[in-house]
Amino acid sequence: MSNNPDVMPKKQFLSLQIDLKKFEKATEEEKTQHETMRESTTFFRDGMRKLRKNPLAMISLVVLFCLVMTIIIVPMFYPYSYEQMITVNGKRDKTAKNLAPFTYSKNELKAIEEGQEIFPHIFGTDELCRDYFIRVLYGARVSLAVGLFASLIVLVIGLLYGSVSGYFGGKVDMVMMRIVDIIYSLPDTLMVILLSVVLTQVLGTSLQGTALAKVGTNMISLFVVFGVLYWVGMARLVRGQILSIKTNEYVLAARAMGAKPGRIIRRHILPNCMSVIFISVALQIPSAIFTESFLSFIGLGVQAPMPSLGSLANAARGGMQSYPYKMVFPALFICLIVLSFNLLGDGLRDAFDPKLRR
Amino acid sequence: MLKYTVKRVLLAVVTVFIISAITFFAMNAIPGGPFSKEKAPDPAVQAMLEARFNLDKPVPQQFVIYLGNLLHGDFGISLKTGRDISQIITEKFAVSAKLGGMAAGFAIVLGLILGSVAALCRNRWPDRLIIFLTTLFVSVPSFILATILLLVFALTLKWVGVFSANNPNYVLPVISLMLYPMSYITRLTKSSMLDVLGQDYIRTARAKGVRDSLVIFKHALRNALIPVITYVGPMVAYILTGSMVVETVFTIGGLGTEFVRSINNQDYPMIMATTIFLAVLMVVATLVSDMVYKLVDPKITFD
Repeated sequence: MSNNPDVMPKKQFLSLQIDLKKFEKATEEEKTQHETMRESTTFFRDGMRKLRKNPLAMISLVVLFCLVMTIIIVPMFYPYSYEQMITVNGKRDKTAKNLAPFTYSKNELKAIEEGQEIFPHIFGTDELCRDYFIRVLYGARVSLAVGLFASLIVLVIGLLYGSVSGYFGGKVDMVMMRIVDIIYSLPDTLMVILLSVVLTQVLGTSLQGTALAKVGTNMISLFVVFGVLYWVGMARLVRGQILSIKTNEYVLAARAMGAKPGRIIRRHILPNCMSVIFISVALQIPSAIFTESFLSFIGLGVQAPMPSLGSLANAARGGMQSYPYKMVFPALFICLIVLSFNLLGDGLRDAFDPKLRR
Repeated sequence: MLKYTVKRVLLAVVTVFIISAITFFAMNAIPGGPFSKEKAPDPAVQAMLEARFNLDKPVPQQFVIYLGNLLHGDFGISLKTGRDISQIITEKFAVSAKLGGMAAGFAIVLGLILGSVAALCRNRWPDRLIIFLTTLFVSVPSFILATILLLVFALTLKWVGVFSANNPNYVLPVISLMLYPMSYITRLTKSSMLDVLGQDYIRTARAKGVRDSLVIFKHALRNALIPVITYVGPMVAYILTGSMVVETVFTIGGLGTEFVRSINNQDYPMIMATTIFLAVLMVVATLVSDMVYKLVDPKITFD
């Protein structure tokens, strides 16, 4: 048989073979008519377009990007460290205590007169003669890390729990949701305080010498608390989404073809509720940062000498009247970070939440 | 209705029980006891003290004893000061309740006004200003707000006096406590008001020639209030915990300060009492606001 497509193979008797002679080839003109007038857009691309049109969300995205870049890059070449006193000519400079921004200590002034170059203290120094700018940067690093990591924990636990509960339904769902109800109605702040006190004490002895000890028991207990208490909101959200999605025909089709529950959840259900979940994660980050700073403020946050924005602000309360800048800088950073995440989260919701899309 | 109420009340009771169990076993897991920090604890004396407060018994048995006493209304006495705990709580809560009550009141009233104004002036400057400010306020942690207010208005400008026992000036504490819930209520009111204003019955009322003020107050605001009711429960929780921070900043001796102090002191009965008290308060507030919400909203049915 010839392979030429234009030539009709010999028709068999009673065959349903199409008779190509009855068809005409499309002209070039007709082909152009079929080209799409407008590029088809995906859900994601459409959302991004909406997000780009939202100035507040874009500004906060830029602010957050700059901030993250700064706290990653600047400490690499910054001449001072966050935990050590300022040194002049290899000696500890005890006169560099509580300097105002952009001022120098006596010893440093002497060194400058001798022709040395000394990097200015952009935010001044603290009561232990440490450069404050680098401390605030590290604080922002710690706070952001806590926020991101805590939200990740919440996401993972909530996603697993919610999808299992929502997909299987029935008695499993009922039992799982009663547990969620109870955890949900626990007063979170009370439990956070209590658990972090207990965990810090209990973990402190058992963690010594392990790699986790470096992170600090307070921080780990903070993560445990988030893992124990805050996932319930996420679990409820995921369950609700799955309940509504699993009634769709394509899920039924997948099930009819014999796909396993795990595969149906992963391939068919979760991708369809991702947008809602990510918005809620974006809004979870500022609340985690809030909780961390609150705990640091009442003395249960990260351990010294590691700073967090909350503990810096707390430490600054003592000399507030004399050195207000020590309060202002960490406060400004917290507000900036939280505000940006809130605005970004709102923007994401406006752009991606299917309920709000028109 | 009855079934729903019973279910919710049962859940609330279970919650309170679980909270007290978690608290009891968690605080007993902390190494050391209330008397281990005392100076020169003579073993005999310590053993006697522990026997006096049942601390020598196994923890589960202690829990049962504690719950038994609690059901008789006996919170026990503070291990640090030896005072009757229910007396301490009544005394400290009076201060916290005054602060929290004022903050909650102002937050609701101002939040409703600002939210309605923002909804009525949609996309004009009052709306933008209000939304900008409220977004700003929810991004500032209360302790920073409290400290900055204290620094600016009490210490630098000297407009208001600093809080002290002789001269209790609640202006700054109340402001720093109420801004967050106020902002939240404002946003909530705005969105629900916008929702209501788009309804058909508002158009009907306007078409009948009802005065604007009557449409807003009688038709719109009353319906817009419904979602706000659900926030009252969480708000009470926020104010109670927020008051821990604000009380610390302004050195107001309230229940929040007492809670943090009792944890640091490992004063077991005091930790239990404050936790249970605050937890009951929060659980009841949530319960009541949920019930009222269901009662007020005719669209919700009980099944």
